[in-house]
Amino acid sequence: MNDPDPSRAHPIRWLLLLPIITMLWVPSYNAIEPVLGGMPFFYWYQLLWVLLGAAIIGVVYLVEHR
Amino acid sequence: MRLNITALVVFVVLFLFITWLGFIAARWRRGDLDLLHEWGLGGRRFGTIVTWFLIGGDLYTAYTFIAVPALLYGAGALGFFAVPYTVMIYPLLYVAFPRLWKVAHANGYVTASDYVRGRFNNRWLALAVAITGIVATMPYIALQLVGIQVVIGAMGVETSGFFGDLPLIIAFVILAAFTYSSGLRAPAMIAVVKDVLIYATVLAAIIIIPWQLGGFTKIFAAVPTAKQLLATPPAGSGGAITGYATLAFGSALALFLYPHSLTGILASQNGGVIRRNAALLPAYSLLLGLLALLGFFAIAAAVSTTPELMPGFKAYGNNFAIPALFLKSFPDWFVGVAFAAIGIGALVPAAIMSIATANTFTRNVWREFFRPDATDAQESKMAKVSSLVIKFGALVFVFFVPFQYALYLQTLGGMWMIQVLPAVLLSLYCPFFGGRAMLIGWAVGTVSATWLAIANGVAPIYAFNVFGYTFPCYIAVATLVLNIVVSAVLSPLLRGSEPHERDVIAVK
Repeated sequence: MNDPDPSRAHPIRWLLLLPIITMLWVPSYNAIEPVLGGMPFFYWYQLLWVLLGAAIIGVVYLVEHR
Repeated sequence: MRLNITALVVFVVLFLFITWLGFIAARWRRGDLDLLHEWGLGGRRFGTIVTWFLIGGDLYTAYTFIAVPALLYGAGALGFFAVPYTVMIYPLLYVAFPRLWKVAHANGYVTASDYVRGRFNNRWLALAVAITGIVATMPYIALQLVGIQVVIGAMGVETSGFFGDLPLIIAFVILAAFTYSSGLRAPAMIAVVKDVLIYATVLAAIIIIPWQLGGFTKIFAAVPTAKQLLATPPAGSGGAITGYATLAFGSALALFLYPHSLTGILASQNGGVIRRNAALLPAYSLLLGLLALLGFFAIAAAVSTTPELMPGFKAYGNNFAIPALFLKSFPDWFVGVAFAAIGIGALVPAAIMSIATANTFTRNVWREFFRPDATDAQESKMAKVSSLVIKFGALVFVFFVPFQYALYLQTLGGMWMIQVLPAVLLSLYCPFFGGRAMLIGWAVGTVSATWLAIANGVAPIYAFNVFGYTFPCYIAVATLVLNIVVSAVLSPLLRGSEPHERDVIAVK
């Protein structure tokens, strides 16, 4: 309505595959080291990707809705 | 268990507050509640912030907040799959759902099944989508009520026998009454209170409890090493690794197909609201991830060997881990706040789920097959009444069916729900698929998923043997692939027999 959708998807959308692929590649993060603040890598890395995933979507949004 | 008066008073006061809120919600952004899209979608007028609270309150349920940490507490690292799962849902939300919203808005669709009916002009495929949604959501509502039961029990109120059931009945009546009178506006408003309480609880827990327990290093030292990581797979097998990845992926694909998630999406004002929320909703995922870690805090706090907490574990199993941790770590008044957060956190999704299934039943079963001439007012009335029936069904379920069965049904529900993905999502992109082919694909997927799950003792991950390599995979994902293959192969073969598509306002 008052918020027109982008008519065409910008190629930057491909970035959205990144969080999915990263999370599916479980062997890359199934490790204790490096420990951060007492937390094993397995845990803080996945929590970090919650933030990175949100940031990537934010960037795609800003580019598409310029 | 000791009767915790202070916590109980705080809990009851907060409950009274949201009850009042639920009723005045009918007057908020007033609309004609005799129209289904007003009662059931809040008039499609929710902006970014309300949608954020609504979808957040809807997806991250009380049961999630109890069960996810309980899984870490019991099974260890595998339980953390909820985090990659919620990372993967938002790119999908961003790309696919604004498109679905546009079609739904242009054609006045209220449910996924409405869309399928319009897109394929095939009432049986639409019925399959509707029934799948209803059946998959019912046990979910029952689990929310179980969430309330656990916290009430944790405050020392006896929860067995007739008088034990009374608090749950009261909570249920409150829920039923405000949903009936205010529709989706009620949970949207209450979600704000729920979230403030939940964020306060989790932040307090994540700061205070590690401080009490001597820091993360000490907490993880108390967790057995085998629970800290996924087991390294033996040679020739994907082991826990592929199980974890497919469980997260399949859960992500299924989530927004549930009627209640779609209700939150369709109630938003426009596609931009959905896109902005794809970037903002991960705040809840972060909360969920931190909350999941509380399962390990509970191990470190040795809650299961604390004498006064042991009866709780006996009654509720590992689901008692988080309530127990709060009882052990927080002052009584804050226990009341935390438990109210969980209790209200159960009412919001239960309300949205019952509205969503009622919308689906009314539109796609009742009106489509029995009363095609129903007026808009009759339709809205029917939805209100069926929302009551659905909640009552869930309540009966909680009282008379063993808890384990609700869990089984919920596990199966995820595997059923994902089978409508081709009809609801792929069809937005691929005109190639035909309705009849998809109906057969859906049937093959649903039957094979059910059969595999039962053969597997209703555990979600099945060890497939692929040319001598063991590939443990979430059954939902494997059977979805089968479903898509069947639909794709049959689509060209059945092309000639498909009905003509109706006039659907196409969306580029």
